[in-house]
Amino acid sequence: MVQTFNGLQLGVMLFLMAAGLTLVLGIMDFVNLAHGSLLMVGAYVASTITGWTGSFLLGLAAALPAAFLAGVLLEVAVLRHFYDRGHLEQVLATFGLILFFNEAVRLIWGPAALFFDPPSALRGQVEILPGAPYPAFRLAIIVVGLAVALALYLVIARTRVGMRIRAGASNRDIAQALGLDIGRLFAVVFGAGAALAGLAGVILGPITNVEPGMGDPVLILAFVVIIIGGIGSVRGAFAAALLVGLVDTLGRAFLPILLRLVLNPSNADAAGPALASMLIYLLMAAILFFRPHGLFPARTG
Amino acid sequence: MIGDRRRLDWTLLVLFAGVPGAALALDEPYLLDLFARVLIFAIAAVSLDLILGYGGLVSFGHAAFLGIGGYAVGMLYQHDLGSGFLQFPVAVLVSGVAALAIGWVSLRTGGLYFIMITLAFAQMLYYLGISLKVYGGDDGMRARRSEFFAPIDLNDQTQFYYLALAVLALSLWLGRRLVNSRFGLALQGARSNERRLRVLGVPVFRYRLTAFVIAGALCGLAGALFANLNEYASPSTMHWTRSGELIVMVILGGVGTLTGPVLGALAFVLLESYLSEALEALASGFGQHWQVVFGPLLVAVALFARGGLVGLLRPGRGE
Repeated sequence: MVQTFNGLQLGVMLFLMAAGLTLVLGIMDFVNLAHGSLLMVGAYVASTITGWTGSFLLGLAAALPAAFLAGVLLEVAVLRHFYDRGHLEQVLATFGLILFFNEAVRLIWGPAALFFDPPSALRGQVEILPGAPYPAFRLAIIVVGLAVALALYLVIARTRVGMRIRAGASNRDIAQALGLDIGRLFAVVFGAGAALAGLAGVILGPITNVEPGMGDPVLILAFVVIIIGGIGSVRGAFAAALLVGLVDTLGRAFLPILLRLVLNPSNADAAGPALASMLIYLLMAAILFFRPHGLFPARTG
Repeated sequence: MIGDRRRLDWTLLVLFAGVPGAALALDEPYLLDLFARVLIFAIAAVSLDLILGYGGLVSFGHAAFLGIGGYAVGMLYQHDLGSGFLQFPVAVLVSGVAALAIGWVSLRTGGLYFIMITLAFAQMLYYLGISLKVYGGDDGMRARRSEFFAPIDLNDQTQFYYLALAVLALSLWLGRRLVNSRFGLALQGARSNERRLRVLGVPVFRYRLTAFVIAGALCGLAGALFANLNEYASPSTMHWTRSGELIVMVILGGVGTLTGPVLGALAFVLLESYLSEALEALASGFGQHWQVVFGPLLVAVALFARGGLVGLLRPGRGE
């Protein structure tokens, strides 16, 4: 039960990363490896402001605009010049940006990990079921993540902007031909995606360490989520994020135990973690085998 | 144009062959280590160029094969199997088989998906390496230099260097043969117009998979050499930044030229070791942050340097 909640919590965090990224990929056909750096910016700003003021809320309030601004700056200064270039150049440029951001953070905040406490109100445990306590902060993450997902769903399914985003993701050229200003739409999507990544950073900070390069493993997991869900599909990203979160967490928790049933204990202890660490990638391979464009492909042409 | 490239290949190989002599004359044995590193990355970058340059498939997980080759050497050594006659073929074979499996799934997709999937698979192998506690987990494992018959002794750094150089020469030769063959032409044709090639009856998937396997196996060989150089095999070799670095080498040197990646590897390794020194000289303590300068440099390369270093050497004759 506790593991299921941990899985959900990983899942919603991945969703925050994947939601913005999948739209960027889908609308602009652009690989942004530097998305993980935005998560890192969010986490660092939040932990610094929280450290100064002692208020987690102020940290959060500073981190979202900071990540948003960093994202917009990045888009205007660098990324914009690469939309009509090949994937290869995009990979090279954003890879360069990652190196820059990781090192710049090390230069400003030092190489050591920062500690970042969850807000005092959420430091305790909550009984989710009688006799099953669960950290309140992790529960709050799940609630916030689901709320963001719901809000995103409403925006994308019910509003004019959302309609445009869907149009852009399903076929950019046609949408543009019909008079949609893709450049402006994209700036909005990119900024929102950056803010979501910043939020993911604020959420991730108190659970793990705030350190240079912290966003990059999350980025790669978010890629797995996007591949499974289908590029450009927020709905797909949501389903896939929860799937990946649950499979990864439950796999790590229970696979070694299951293997003990069929193998002798020493072999099971060796193979369990190895197999568990590969599980989501095998899941991805299996899904791709049957659906090469993911579960909910958005693009039509 | 092909003649030009061949001449450049030979010039480079001859220059590389002079390095041990120069290192001895300058009394800088460190140079031999540094250039052995250049040669090994050059082999890996040439292998990546086969799929990335000629196949047009942006593989972001090529370092996985570097790691597999290294693990083959390391794991065999851990079981007291130190013979290079065993280690090297196994490294090539296992990397090839892994490339077959990874390519088989990844090549069913294309474009952005391909980039992310190759990245994800490499990450999977990286975590697999970490979780193999028997083989050192995070830290990796020790692996002494591979043993060959009597006159060959890889513990002699000069001999090891020339072995790496021979492998590089072989890779370039093989690569040239391959890209100029019917197979290579079909591969390049599929890069520019996949549909047309399909209509012409070319089994595009099978050709790409073959290229992917050859590239993976060759990179595995580079990995075996890398483990020998470091006398160590560790998961960090498979880290995704390493895959990124291999891409950087290929683009820096010139995509789809085979010679370019060799130049790119040279430039990358030299930058890596001398940029930090230069920055340290400028401002004390700044040297360790060389990537603050290197990162934007890559952005600039992506923006402006279309033909890579090869394009600079042969202006107007690039791709």
